[in-house]
Amino acid sequence: MVDDMIRFENVTYKYGADGDDNQLVAVQDINLSVKKGEYLVILGHNGSGKSTLSKLMNGLLLPTEGNVYVNGMNTKEEENIWKIRKIAGMVFQNPDNQLVATIVEEDVAFGPENLGIPPEEIRRRVDKALDIVEMAEYKKHAPHLLSGGQKQRVAIAGILAMEPECVILDEPTAMLDPVGRAEVISTLKKLNRQEKKSIILITHYMDEAVEGDRVLIMEKGRIVMEGTPKDIFCQVDKVKELGLDVPQVTELAYELKKEGFDVPCDILTVEELVDAL
Amino acid sequence: MLRDITIGQYFPGDTIVHRLDPRTKILIAIMFIVSLFFIKSFYPYLFILAFVVLTVRLSKVPFRYVLKGLKPLILIILITFTINIFMTKGEVLFSIGPLDVTKEGIRQAVFMALRLIFLITGTSLLTLTTSPISLTDGIEKLMSPLRRFNVPVHELAMMMTIALRFIPTLLEETDKIMKAQTARGADFESGNIVKRAKNLVPLLVPLFINAFRRADELAIAMEARCYRGGHNRTRLNELKFTRNDVLVLIITTVFFGVIVSTRYI
Amino acid sequence: MIIRLENVNYIYNPNTPFEKKALDNINLTIDETDFIGLIGHTGSGKSTLVQHLNGLIRPTSGRVLVDGIDTKDTGNLLKVRQKVGLVFQYPEHQLFEETIYKDVAFGPSNLGLSQDEVHERVKTAIELVGLDFEKVKDRSPFELSGGQKRRVAIAGVLAMKPRVLVLDEPTAGLDPKGRDQILGRIKKLYEEKNITIILVSHSMEDIAKLVNRIVVMHRGKIVMDGKTKEVFKQVEKLEEIGLGIPQITNFMRKFKEKGHPVDDTVITVEEAKMELIRFLRSKENA
Repeated sequence: MVDDMIRFENVTYKYGADGDDNQLVAVQDINLSVKKGEYLVILGHNGSGKSTLSKLMNGLLLPTEGNVYVNGMNTKEEENIWKIRKIAGMVFQNPDNQLVATIVEEDVAFGPENLGIPPEEIRRRVDKALDIVEMAEYKKHAPHLLSGGQKQRVAIAGILAMEPECVILDEPTAMLDPVGRAEVISTLKKLNRQEKKSIILITHYMDEAVEGDRVLIMEKGRIVMEGTPKDIFCQVDKVKELGLDVPQVTELAYELKKEGFDVPCDILTVEELVDAL
Repeated sequence: MLRDITIGQYFPGDTIVHRLDPRTKILIAIMFIVSLFFIKSFYPYLFILAFVVLTVRLSKVPFRYVLKGLKPLILIILITFTINIFMTKGEVLFSIGPLDVTKEGIRQAVFMALRLIFLITGTSLLTLTTSPISLTDGIEKLMSPLRRFNVPVHELAMMMTIALRFIPTLLEETDKIMKAQTARGADFESGNIVKRAKNLVPLLVPLFINAFRRADELAIAMEARCYRGGHNRTRLNELKFTRNDVLVLIITTVFFGVIVSTRYI
Repeated sequence: MIIRLENVNYIYNPNTPFEKKALDNINLTIDETDFIGLIGHTGSGKSTLVQHLNGLIRPTSGRVLVDGIDTKDTGNLLKVRQKVGLVFQYPEHQLFEETIYKDVAFGPSNLGLSQDEVHERVKTAIELVGLDFEKVKDRSPFELSGGQKRRVAIAGVLAMKPRVLVLDEPTAGLDPKGRDQILGRIKKLYEEKNITIILVSHSMEDIAKLVNRIVVMHRGKIVMDGKTKEVFKQVEKLEEIGLGIPQITNFMRKFKEKGHPVDDTVITVEEAKMELIRFLRSKENA
């Protein structure tokens, strides 16, 4: 149990009250556990419930039914909530709407300031966090003058400065250009491999799932597919049916296999396909 | 076009004036303003002028920046000047139609205009040499005794910080929405005042909706970063009163004290 | 109808420390039959360029002619804006009316058309983006899903009956389903309504699937301009400025480099599949 970073037990979440016409079941009967140090990718199209799922992970939403545990602490118990949010930090989609201060380093300091950490320690953490996301040279800049990818990395630094064990990212790349996306994805890889943080990445870009240890696909509030990236990508038709994309080479490999050629299905990159053929 | 406006007008630098604690500078600005209202003759203005010139020199802010602060208020200065020149009774020098220009009027007009000009240059010197964030910090610290009377000091300071953070973002957004509606044939530039106001609807409605959406998202993000008001909060850069601050405060207090006392001599 | 840009330069904040040259001597002709993909990095000048096409920005020097009208002729700007529709990024953030009908009607109403004509245009535009007119016309645009809101916003521009439609990253932030719906609609507009399309996009895969001409911008200049395949052939040049090619094209090139005689100019999965099947079969038979 201590190995579990986050655990969902029969979790259902409904927007609106019972009996309300507009009641919406966003997440239904989810059982899930995320291991410490795991890199989990959650995929799904808009409205599949993946964003609700992420907000349940640090107590921003509380389950209508069932329980969510973060590091063994139930999110429903009020005295745990700040500990939970410190352990499970969260980055959101729109980089503009999560930066609070007018100077980068002041923004990164916001989390630790809220935790009541002494100034010298905040300074150390801010510098370290900015180093990890490679934004140290911008620490005196105004956030609104940065590019999307840079803003998002500052947001990640803001979470890192709280020294969490787990970073949850709710579609962090949806509003970025390809350069920004690549910056964020490589930062996440570094956080997982070097800093040993658990990563939970919510996205609808299939190609971002390649780095994950495990992939979940959500549809209508339920987990409909689960496995390693290779397991998932093998089922091209099913993935496409769920309204998601697969990388072009994966699709090509799948098509060739259907035509009767001997091609493995678990192709994720250009190099793998070149070697396979 | 809109994003060219720089609010706060901070002029970055690393001079003795910049390095002073924001609280020191705010206090000096207050003394400066108060003493202006005590002045009743012309010669103390020389002291004030000397003070302004010295501060500008020490802060290395170009003079035209200081003067730029006057530009938007020129109309108000002119109106004050005109009202005073015509409305003061006394020895008539000459008349324009039914209006008399008096000796006292001219004196009063010049006097009031000078007061306004110094008022503006003094306060803009404060904002020019103090970054918005340390200004907010300074105000928060200075007002903190009011917390005992249930004034939400921290919350007010937080609101100011967030406002400063989002002004550029919202200006950019205004620009974008204006362009998008213009592309659909909207006209923001012509027509009488009623028509113009009506034409603003396609700009203001989306701007408000987006601002609320942003506020909502920001609130969630802040909560996720453990924000729970000012209680037990620490700061990355704690404000520190140095010897310099104490020294400067003593000197300026004496200085403005002298200016105020001129009224009673 | 054609759009012509002649020696266009544009400078932001001229004569200040923030001076920035956004467009550097642009010459470009856009023909009626074009479906252009405009690509380049953020900050390469794409946005500035597209805003010149309907006179939202006017050149610092040089001129822009839209169907013969110079955009500097401010008396004719409304005409220019009717001819060239511009859909900005995240256009759903500009919706403002209580009903979808009223919002879409905003553009045509500004053109001073009769009520009947406005009605006709609103109906057509809403149908063109694939929404059911009767079902949605009285609903609030704010009740819709993200992808639907965006389609309403695009309808708002289509209701001006533009002959050229410029879309700045119309699929940003949408999921694959929403993206495919929008791109499908855009393709139809080009094929069935003969509307000239200029698509700004970061996705080489989308560009490859749709457009017949690519214009590449870099540091305020047009550095490449040609047929889709011709441009994607010049991989080195694209990579030099940090732009990619569709993954599938990249794969075919690498495969060819390994000594397999395949056509490496394919740009879609479908083409690649055909080409590889041909290649693999011929190898089996040999």
